[in-house]
Formats: sequence, C-alpha cells, structure tokens
Amino acid sequence: MRIESKHVLAALAAAAFSGSGAALAQVELHWWHAMTGANNEVINKLAADFNAAQKDYKVTATFKGSYPDTMNAGIAAFRAGNAPHIMQVFEVGTATMMAARGAVKPVQDLMKEAGEKFDPNAYLPAIAGYYSTSKGEMLSFPFNSSSAVMWINKDAFKKANLDASKPPKTWPEVFDAAKKLKAAGYATCGFSNAWATWLNIEQFNAWHNQSIGTKANGLDGFDTVFNFNNALQIKHVENLAQLQKDKTYDYSGRTNTGEGRFTSGECPIFLTSSAFFGTVKANAKFEFAAAPMPYYPEAAGAPQNSIIGGASLWVMGGKKVEEYKGVAKFFTFLSDTDRQVGLHVASGYLPITKAAYEKVKGQGFYKDNPDRETPLLELNNKPPTENSRGLRFGNLVQIRDMWSEELEAAFNGSKTAKAAIDSAVERGNAELRKFERTVR
Amino acid sequence: MRKVGFNNKLLPYLLIGPQIAITLVFFYWPASQAIWQSFLIQDAFGTTTEFVWFENYQVLFKDASYFNALIVTLVFSSAVAALSLGIALLLAVQADKQIRGSGPYKTLLMWPYAVAPAIAGVLWLFLFQPSLGVLAKLLRDFGVDWNPLLNGKHAMILVIIAATWKQISYNFLFFLAGLQSIPKSLIEAAAIDGASPMRRFWTVIFPLLSPTAFFLLVVNVVYVFFDTFGIIDSVTHGGPAKATETLVFKVFQDGRLGGDLGGSAAQSVILMFMVIALTAVQFKYIERKVHY
Repeated sequence: MRIESKHVLAALAAAAFSGSGAALAQVELHWWHAMTGANNEVINKLAADFNAAQKDYKVTATFKGSYPDTMNAGIAAFRAGNAPHIMQVFEVGTATMMAARGAVKPVQDLMKEAGEKFDPNAYLPAIAGYYSTSKGEMLSFPFNSSSAVMWINKDAFKKANLDASKPPKTWPEVFDAAKKLKAAGYATCGFSNAWATWLNIEQFNAWHNQSIGTKANGLDGFDTVFNFNNALQIKHVENLAQLQKDKTYDYSGRTNTGEGRFTSGECPIFLTSSAFFGTVKANAKFEFAAAPMPYYPEAAGAPQNSIIGGASLWVMGGKKVEEYKGVAKFFTFLSDTDRQVGLHVASGYLPITKAAYEKVKGQGFYKDNPDRETPLLELNNKPPTENSRGLRFGNLVQIRDMWSEELEAAFNGSKTAKAAIDSAVERGNAELRKFERTVR
Repeated sequence: MRKVGFNNKLLPYLLIGPQIAITLVFFYWPASQAIWQSFLIQDAFGTTTEFVWFENYQVLFKDASYFNALIVTLVFSSAVAALSLGIALLLAVQADKQIRGSGPYKTLLMWPYAVAPAIAGVLWLFLFQPSLGVLAKLLRDFGVDWNPLLNGKHAMILVIIAATWKQISYNFLFFLAGLQSIPKSLIEAAAIDGASPMRRFWTVIFPLLSPTAFFLLVVNVVYVFFDTFGIIDSVTHGGPAKATETLVFKVFQDGRLGGDLGGSAAQSVILMFMVIALTAVQFKYIERKVHY
C-alpha cells in the first residue's frame, strides 16, 4: 500500500515539475539496458520516478536489444568516444568489464567521490560478492539478480500419482519422477532445463561444492584454469545423455528459448532462472511451484549454495564529475529499501539489500508466496566457499558456446560424457589464456 | 571504326569520381581496416593492443573447428545456391506462361524478399520448433523424430530451407525479367520446327537466359557466404555441436558476440579472399559459356 501511494506522489511531482523542468539546466544521464516486456516498464518507471523526485538530473533509459547486443553497443560506443553513463551488463560479461580498467568506473569509488552514503555490507553478500573484487571492493551495482530453481507442474505430478507437495530433492529422485511422468503421458519430455551450461555446469558445481576453475572460480585472478572435469560432473552428463535416448530428459537449447515447454505443459519438470516466475504466472494453466535444485546425495556437503545470474549496472569511465554525482544519486535512489521491496515483489528478481529482504520477510510475503523465497534460500543455504562465491571468467560468452557444443555432442551420442567434458575444459582453457593476454 | 574520346582530360575522372569515392569508403576502407585489425590482439574495449603479425591466422589454421566451418560452409552454400536457383527458375518458367491470375501469383512469390533474414529464420524456427511447430508436428506424425536441437542433419536442413526460401524471390524476379525479354518469335519458330517444350527450354530459352543465370550465380554465392549469419544466429546459433557453424557465422560469433576482433578480422580477411577467388573463377570459366 505504502509503495503505491509513493508512486502516486511521484506522478504528481512529475506533473508539477514538467512545466518548469525544461527551463533548468539538467544533467542528462544515459542508461542503456536489455530489459523487455514487463521489466522494460519497470526500468522506464524507475527512470521516470527518479526524474520526478529531483530536478538536477535526468535519467534517459534506452533499450539496446539483448544482453550481448547491449554490451556490444556499449563497447562500440566507448570505442567511438560516446559511451552511456550507465550500462546494464549480464553476469557473463563481468570479467570483460572488470578487465577494462579505464573504461569503467568502480561503483565504490563513484559513491565515495560523490559523497553518497554507501555501505557494501548493506547488500546481500551472495549478490554483491559476484560483482566485487577479491578484496571486497564493489565494482558494479547489482540490479536484477536471480538464481536457478526447479519449476514443477503440480497438476502433472498429481496425474502421475506423485506427491506434488514433496518435490524430488535429489537427482535420482528427479529421474524416477520423470520416468513416472513420462509414463503418465508426458512422452516427449520428462524433465528439461534452459541455459544449458549455467544449469549443468556453473550452478551444478557450485551447488555440489565442486570447483569450476582454480583461483576461486576466477574471482582471485585472470590466471584461473578450468578444472570442472570431476567425476560428479561427468556422471551427471552421462545420466542426462542416457535419459535423452528415450526423452525422459530432453535438451531444450542453449538459452531460455525452450522455457515455453514448461508453461505449455510439455515438460512437467524444468530447471531455469527464478526470474521465469512472471512468465509462468502469466501463462501457465496449471498449479506450479519452484523447488530448490536437486543434488546428488553421494556428494559430501551437498547442497552447498547456488550462485546468481542476471545483470548489474556498470558506470562507464571518462565522464564529468557532475554526471558521476547524478549517477551516484541514482544508485542511492535504487538502493532505497521501499523501492527494493517494490521491485522484488513486482518483478520476480531478488532484493539486493539485506534490509529489503528482511522487510519482505517481515510482511509475511513468503508465507503466501513460498516459491519466491526458494532462490533466496538456495543462495543463503550455507556460507559460500571458494567454489560457490561466484565465478569470473573472461570470454565467457564464447566459452559458454563451446561448453554447449560439447554438451550437445554428449547428448546426441557423438561423444562420451567424459570426452565431452574433458574437451569443454580444454577448449575453455585455451580461451581463458587468450583473454589473459589482452588484460595484461 | 571511329574512336570516341573525351576532349576534356578531367571530365572522365569527374564522372567516375562518385563511384570511386563510394567504393573507397564502403569497400577499401573497411577492408583495409579488417586487414590491419587481423594483425592485432586487442581487448574488447580497445584499451590494450598488441601487434602480433600473423598469429591470429596461425591460431585459425591450427583450429580444427575452422576446417569444420569450412566444410559446413561448402555443404550449406552449394545446397542453398543450387536449391534457390533451381526452384526459382522452375517457378519463373511456370509464371511466365499464359495463366489466369499470374499477377497476384508473381507478387506473392516476390514477397519473401522483403523479409529480414533474422525474421525469416524465426519464422521457420517456429514452423519447425519440435514442441510447438506445425510442420514439426506433421513430421512427428509421420514417425520422424524431428529434433534440430540435437540432430545436426535436422538443424542443417532447417537453415538451408530458411536461407533458400529467403533467396528464391530475388532469383525469381530476375529469371522472370530474363524470360520476358526473350523474343516470343524465337520460341514460336522453334515450336513450328517441331521442338518439344523440353527441347525448346534447353536449346533456346536457357542459353538466352544464361547471362541472368550467371549473374544470379555470382550474387547467390556472395549471399550464402556473407548474408546468412542472421538466419543461422536466430535458428540454430551454429549448433548443435557446430553442425551449422559456417565461416561467416563464426566471424560474427567470435567478433561481435565474443569481442575477439583480431581473430574475427583474420577470418573475414580469409573469407574475403575466398570469395574474390571464387568470383574470379566464375568469371574466367563459367562466363565463357554465357551467350550475351
């Protein structure tokens, strides 16, 4: 309620200022982003609310296409000398942005220089840690974060005589459930997942406390080396490849274009981002739930904790002091607890500050919407280890494609799981060395 | 014969000036940039640059996936060029006949050319999407386990269909214009001499159409080599497991999506020389058979 009245006030303020605003010399701040649909409106509203709340700065939000498109547009603009002030970059691009010293302005420095109140400890560590150096210096501003969860179709569970209130916890239980679902009529897909490598390699290893690469998955240095060709990883891919044969598991592609297979009712178990919530809620014609990712019970200490996905806001280098002041003010505006609460409840993305999380919890929101807390519980399941704080690998965009190729080769039977994973590690390492050369 | 010449020495240069300027700005300048870039290793932002001579090329020639892309390109290009030329010729010959309602028929056949490559890709992707697509369902009803996400052959068929469909209209348009410029009297004379429709086509029509066919061959080869990455990006993303990764898609992927400008530039330089060589060969050997 309180949030809504605030929005009304903001709108009134906007109306009041619109007459006089044009006459004042406002500092223009450009914000490039990659949000579509409902989230695009969230962005435009944030910018409009900020512009209405003060009159010194004006944030202009511009949609620049997909995540890679937005990043490329920003890079091209930087090379041409007219980068935006704020750029939304997906988590995969973090290492590339970090390495570009001079091209970006660390958020921590920005806030300090602008004299804005800023406490890195106010942010959820599982989220802020992903965008900080190993020394804890926050480089970019977390914006939309999510984690991976297992979406289940409760109606399908009932149809297969499975207990929908107790979703499978371990991978063997998922395989069993999928076989039963398949027998109950879900013939083309027992279970599946989007984001092939994020789920099957990155989240998988963090969740099982296995290392993806040395140097704390690259967080501690660009001389990291991939080493995720462990027995558990190979076994998992082997299992999926085996189940692919009769479509108990059915591969759904590299990105999230296969997510429609869950909402259409084709795949009754589907692992993907928690941010899928909005789409599920709008389109699924069945009862659904978001369960934690499954794990292998033989892995010691599993489940560990999940890692985040999503995007953060990077501040580009070489701008005027006045402009940086505006950006800092905008970030303070975004961190506001009530605003974070509103964003979290409306968009399906995670709250980024501890205060916002506590407040939503205090309001009893998760009691009515337990699915919405699943990703947060996963992120905070255990104190993060070297293997589960996050990951930071250069050229990860290409590397993910290489990994996907290897997974596809394992799933269509042209390679064994071991050969595919070994090759994924080897090819990834060649790419890491190439990246390391450009950052020296 | 009297030699025709310009009295003014400057005028001919002035007249070809605009064309030269356009070629310089839009071809030679970017091409030279690509060659220069292919000798560099640079981070995505261009903040660090290292001059490495031919290292980007050496890396490419050591990379087995580059040769895979070469083979994929050959399969893809020859299939698309052959299919789009063949089907377009067939359609044009049929449309050139005296039939009722040939106007709308022709218009409809030209339409797909106005569709952007990426949209053409998405369209076919929807039709053949394993769980939602109409055509995929049809295939499945016939007992085909249609799965372009994991089956490389299926993925290849899908991108070939999308790329061919897109190009048929263009070829159709030129073939139709070519057919309409063939004097009817020649064909009638052949008919009177007792030549069958088949024979008339191969001995009279096709030779007279050969300049058009040759022009289209060159244009189509350039199209499949350079212009199809949008379709591949939206349909298969080069997958599964590199089954549809063509040379130009690899350039796009490494350079634009991956930020590896040096490696990508080296690839596009190689691609450029390949297409120049191919076009030269076409002009040298195939053009001899063309009757103007």
